[in-house]
Amino acid sequence: MDHVGLRSDVPPSSIVVAPRAFGVAAVTALVLTVPFLTTEYWVNAIIVPFLILSLAGLGLNLLTGYAGQLSLGSGAFMMVGAYATFALQLRVPALPLPFAFILAGLVAGVVGLFFGLPSRRIKGFYLIVSTLAAQFFFEWLFLKFPWFYNGNSSATIALARGLSVFGLNAENPPGRYWLTLGTVAILTLLSWNLIRSQTGRNWMAVRDMDAAAAVIGVPTRSAKLQAFFVSSFILGIAGALWAFAYLGSASVQSFGLSRSYQILFIIIIGGLGTICGAFLGAAFVSLLPLALDWSFQHLFAGQVDEGLRQNIQKAIFGVLIIGFLIKEPEGLARLLALPNLRRSSRRTLFPSVRR
Amino acid sequence: MSDTILELTDVSLAFKGIKAINGLSFAVRRGEICALIGPNGAGKSSLLNILNGVYRAESGTVVFEGEHFHRMEPMKAARRGIGRSFQNNALFSGMSVLDNVIVGLSRHAKATLVEEALRLPRASTQEAAFRERAREVLHLFDLDLHAGTVVGTLPYGVQKKVELARAIVAKPTLLLLDEPLAGMNAREKEEIAAIIGRLNRDLKLTIVLIEHDIGIVLRLADHVVVLDYGRKLADGPPETIRSNPDVIAAYIGSDRAERAA
Repeated sequence: MDHVGLRSDVPPSSIVVAPRAFGVAAVTALVLTVPFLTTEYWVNAIIVPFLILSLAGLGLNLLTGYAGQLSLGSGAFMMVGAYATFALQLRVPALPLPFAFILAGLVAGVVGLFFGLPSRRIKGFYLIVSTLAAQFFFEWLFLKFPWFYNGNSSATIALARGLSVFGLNAENPPGRYWLTLGTVAILTLLSWNLIRSQTGRNWMAVRDMDAAAAVIGVPTRSAKLQAFFVSSFILGIAGALWAFAYLGSASVQSFGLSRSYQILFIIIIGGLGTICGAFLGAAFVSLLPLALDWSFQHLFAGQVDEGLRQNIQKAIFGVLIIGFLIKEPEGLARLLALPNLRRSSRRTLFPSVRR
Repeated sequence: MSDTILELTDVSLAFKGIKAINGLSFAVRRGEICALIGPNGAGKSSLLNILNGVYRAESGTVVFEGEHFHRMEPMKAARRGIGRSFQNNALFSGMSVLDNVIVGLSRHAKATLVEEALRLPRASTQEAAFRERAREVLHLFDLDLHAGTVVGTLPYGVQKKVELARAIVAKPTLLLLDEPLAGMNAREKEEIAAIIGRLNRDLKLTIVLIEHDIGIVLRLADHVVVLDYGRKLADGPPETIRSNPDVIAAYIGSDRAERAA
């Protein structure tokens, strides 16, 4: 976004370049060395899942936040990506893992496009039903036919040869972290390019007022289907990472309906229609339970029954989300924006539902 | 290129048996401003909606640039070069002014999704060309300073200008304007009317507009079509409309007619 009013305050570029380049280099170095700065527990159990959830949130945000199409099928599209990666690694061993990720993403994209077909006719809460159908269908499909999990007795999938990227072993905490970070960075960059080009503008036009968009000459139907495809592509790759870079072995339960809800919460909390919203929302969802855990252990150590403590934590989590949404329905991205950047008009959460 | 850009013959449209438009015929000449006037419910907006494919006429023919309307859809109409503004501003409220205008260029987009995601040369070239064209049009409407502003935060009159900019950015051959002056004060009305006149004169745009402000209509239009209950009451240059007794009786009323004259 261009903020014309701010531009005059920016000093001449020659003075800025050096510190900025230095800053970028410092941040890059910091981000790359994270695995050596923190404990293995933080990398494996917090940072890697946070990055993958951010990616999944980003995928859904393109569909829901940018193109205005509601979906509860995120879990299903992640599942398709994970099972497709498994099948490719198992049955086409010659294919390097990154290519398997891309192909699995394409498979998930086509599946998403198929379940997005009803968006040509229906919108809002009715469209949820179609994506919900994807959720139930794939949970059934991947359990029903042993071919999908290679007849494994526990019906789970895991990469037999582990994670390896062009011969480099990624089956250790730094490896998993770099693989995830690299994938997330590339897909975020591509998404950023997309939303700042005609495709992204068409999506937002469909979201804000699809009848007017059609009259202006926006191909509204194909814009919606493109959104379903791109969103599911990203969700599919996020699913593959979730199964193999985070969990190690996964089953359909790893991508159940609660996963779909979790990802929807991430973008609602983080901010619909913003790239950073997905990251903020994922940070909130990953870190808040930890913070609650920590504070409970310090405040009521040993005084509260363990089972009760977990339930209380869930209740607090829910109350915080509700309270937060009442106070800032546009999410963390707006709450954290600088006051002079907060010029956008109030938007309804789901413009497509309003009519 | 023929002299007639748009010709309607015996067009009818009904909603659940209620005739909105009844056997309407008229022609629009290339390069003119044609005003549709008539009381509320006369079928003016329904007619515009037929012209850009939102509704389909039940009977009769519409010929635009020598081609029949067959199974017309909004997007097809846009691709044929019919631009449109709406009665209530139909801007994309969450987007900036510049982005709103660039969306109007969608029908000229050539770069594919993959090219755009990877910022391949064709996508970058298209993006730069779109931005330049949009800025040109913003300049035409004196909106340069608002380019980065989110459109929902702007006052109504400015939004109206953004909508006009979006309607003409793709260089349509026919521009449909639905009450472009509604909800404005006298000064804003004069400004928009002057802009419409300029679009017609300088860009050689053929314009069909609906407007209730008779004074401005009679001054601006080359050709006026008066509708009442879906039928054509009068059709001709403003001078003849002004003195048509049917029109005075049905719509303008003697009081308004005197003021307009």
